[in-house]
Amino acid sequence: MKDYSELNNQLSGLEDKLKKYREVLLANLVMIGEIPAPTGKEENRIQFILNRFDEAGLTDSSIDDAGNGIGVLSGKESEHALLLNAHADTIFDMRTDHTMQVASNEIMGPGVADNALGLAALVSLPYILEDLEIELRNDLVLLAGVKSLGRGNLEGIRFFLENNKFDIKNAICVEGIQLGRLSYSSIGMLRGEITCRVPETYDWSRFGDASAILTLNEVINKINDMRLPKRPRTSIVMGSIVGGSSFNTIARDATLGFEVRSESQEVVERAGETINDIVLEVSSKTGDQVELDIFAKRSPGGIPFAHPLTKCARSVMETLDIEPRLAPSISELSALINQNIPALTLGITVGEQTFKSNETIQIEPIYKGLAQLIGTILAVDGGYCE
Amino acid sequence: MTEDIVSKLQNWIDKNTYHHSEFWDLKKLVELKKKNNLTISLCLPTLNEEKTIGKELIIFRSELVERYPLIDEIAVIDSGSDDNTLEVAKNFGADTYLASDILPNLEPKRGKGENLWKAIYQLKGDIIVYVDADISNIHPRFVYGLVAPLIYREEVKYVKAFYDRPLAFSGNVRPSGGGRVTEILVRPLFSLFFPDLTAIIQPLSGEYAVRREVLEQIAFPIGYGVETSHLIDVYHKFGLEAFAQTDLDKRVHENKPTQALGKMSFGILQTFIKRAKALGVFEKAEHETLLRQFQAKRDQYEQNLIEIIEEERPPMIEIEEYRKKFKK
Ligand SMILES: Nc1nc2c(ncn2[C@@H]2O[C@H](COP(=O)(O)OP(=O)(O)OP(=O)(O)O)[C@@H](O)[C@H]2O)c(=O)[nH]1
Ligand SMILES: [Mg+2]
Repeated sequence: MKDYSELNNQLSGLEDKLKKYREVLLANLVMIGEIPAPTGKEENRIQFILNRFDEAGLTDSSIDDAGNGIGVLSGKESEHALLLNAHADTIFDMRTDHTMQVASNEIMGPGVADNALGLAALVSLPYILEDLEIELRNDLVLLAGVKSLGRGNLEGIRFFLENNKFDIKNAICVEGIQLGRLSYSSIGMLRGEITCRVPETYDWSRFGDASAILTLNEVINKINDMRLPKRPRTSIVMGSIVGGSSFNTIARDATLGFEVRSESQEVVERAGETINDIVLEVSSKTGDQVELDIFAKRSPGGIPFAHPLTKCARSVMETLDIEPRLAPSISELSALINQNIPALTLGITVGEQTFKSNETIQIEPIYKGLAQLIGTILAVDGGYCE
Repeated sequence: MTEDIVSKLQNWIDKNTYHHSEFWDLKKLVELKKKNNLTISLCLPTLNEEKTIGKELIIFRSELVERYPLIDEIAVIDSGSDDNTLEVAKNFGADTYLASDILPNLEPKRGKGENLWKAIYQLKGDIIVYVDADISNIHPRFVYGLVAPLIYREEVKYVKAFYDRPLAFSGNVRPSGGGRVTEILVRPLFSLFFPDLTAIIQPLSGEYAVRREVLEQIAFPIGYGVETSHLIDVYHKFGLEAFAQTDLDKRVHENKPTQALGKMSFGILQTFIKRAKALGVFEKAEHETLLRQFQAKRDQYEQNLIEIIEEERPPMIEIEEYRKKFKK
């Protein structure tokens, strides 16, 4: 059993001390959140983040060839590096009104939780650590990664991990919500779209049953009938559906967005094959075009529950009275796992992700969430996690 | 005479018109402010602004108090909001006042101008910068863009905001100017009676930074006339050279319906007529026939002069041929 007493000393009172940085953190949150950053169009947001790194005196900061924003807070010894990652993209397009609204206890706006707050924590950290006179031994690499969500498929962080020059020993992914989440493993995943199209040369005497929506419905029914094992745990998420154009015209196309998730790689692969069979079968039966496009995959993996990094994080959470909630992740964590870098995902505060402009976060729990983040950084840096 | 005004105004515009990006170096600004021994107060007048006040305070305090100590005091002066404006403002660290509590021996009046005026008494700064509390795209430039000319140039006393959006126009030349009340009412009035003041691109903008020595010398209409009266009075007392103006890019706030603009115009007209009479400008009959509007070419502003001569015909009865024809 490691002796955490020195670390606990550093942690005591930290949450209160962080209240002083409310304005700095929330101003960053608001300013970052108000810069639209749909996947693939993150330049303006990244530029702002880079200006902040420059202002904080991080002389080595840069934008890499993938468009990621990178800041480096050099340690005293700089032996190796701890990576802190927050994805910069959001699911909201350029035309969405990105105004953030600040009330006494909460902040509301598109993408405020996912992931303006994570980014705000990332860019405020150099300022806060300096002001608290906390000096790290190792380098802290701050990564605002682009093209993470949806079809972005973690392109930004993958590029960074393949091309960077740092000796990264551990990594922490920062998400706005939920405080208490502790992810250290990735499940298997396969993400795709199925698109049905009524062919141009359609035979209109087939009155009635001619609709891309009906065809897609058949696909959905068949997917729903697939037998999935209880163990290893497996599920299929029917995430979104788009199709047709009005009440009274036959839908020419319809698209389903779905994800297969499983603890077992083999089950994911098999489910993928089954879905492919379903698509072929429905296509030949109806004569419609049915296409399967799989654009993202994750393999299961990660560090064990008893890994020193997980242990450290749990100990920090316990000290701060945070109830850890263990949940696998399929986001940037899995890119890190693929590179065999022990990594965690942590949340900063409590909030509600609605995927609409009324996404909301609570202000008060942020200090605890930040204390947890700084505590975990100190633990890694202090060698508690080896 | 016209030529004279044109070159004088162009000269003034070139010398006294800024873009906020010229003042990005806050470190330098703060150093000079310290060296010049200046104190700066920020005043936010409010009436039911709970939706926007919190964000303004967070951003100003983070960027202009914590990171770069440019402002020494942030005060919210409220006209008696029904919503949570004051609670939110207090929560985010502003000094909060009810306008009626300042100088309580005076009979209270209600209106934004009242709050701006009472700020002179309540706040301590050598410079007061006023920013409306209803701006939803708030940014530190709304403050540093306005105080910077006062810090860099001693002779400047009153800095006014204007809002221009070069990116929105694809063409080379774009019309540039204020809102509807500015273009329909104030600019024509100034063209007629105070041509010099037409050099101010947005005379009605609610954001300005002013030295105390000026603020204490001028009267304040408590309602919609306050910006117009400031321009006339400061011009009269200190001349055009006392002004500067800064482009703060885009400003997002709720748009007013035409009826509200009517009320606003009515207030402005009253203020204007009072001053025009006092200064005798109506009597100096020789009316101008040039309307002075603005256009911008990239980052150059120039006046666009339009000669509008309203010629008149007399009543028909005065025409001899008419009288003959109709035997009158
Ligand atoms: N109308 C009004 N505004 C007040 C009053 N007291 C303070 N204010 C504040 O003064 C600022 C400007 O008020 P607005 O009503 O937006 O008037 P305006 O800025 O001239 O008009 P817009 O150009 O449409 O914004 C806001 O921050 C108000 O909250 C008052 O008694 N009446
Ligand atoms: Mg307003």
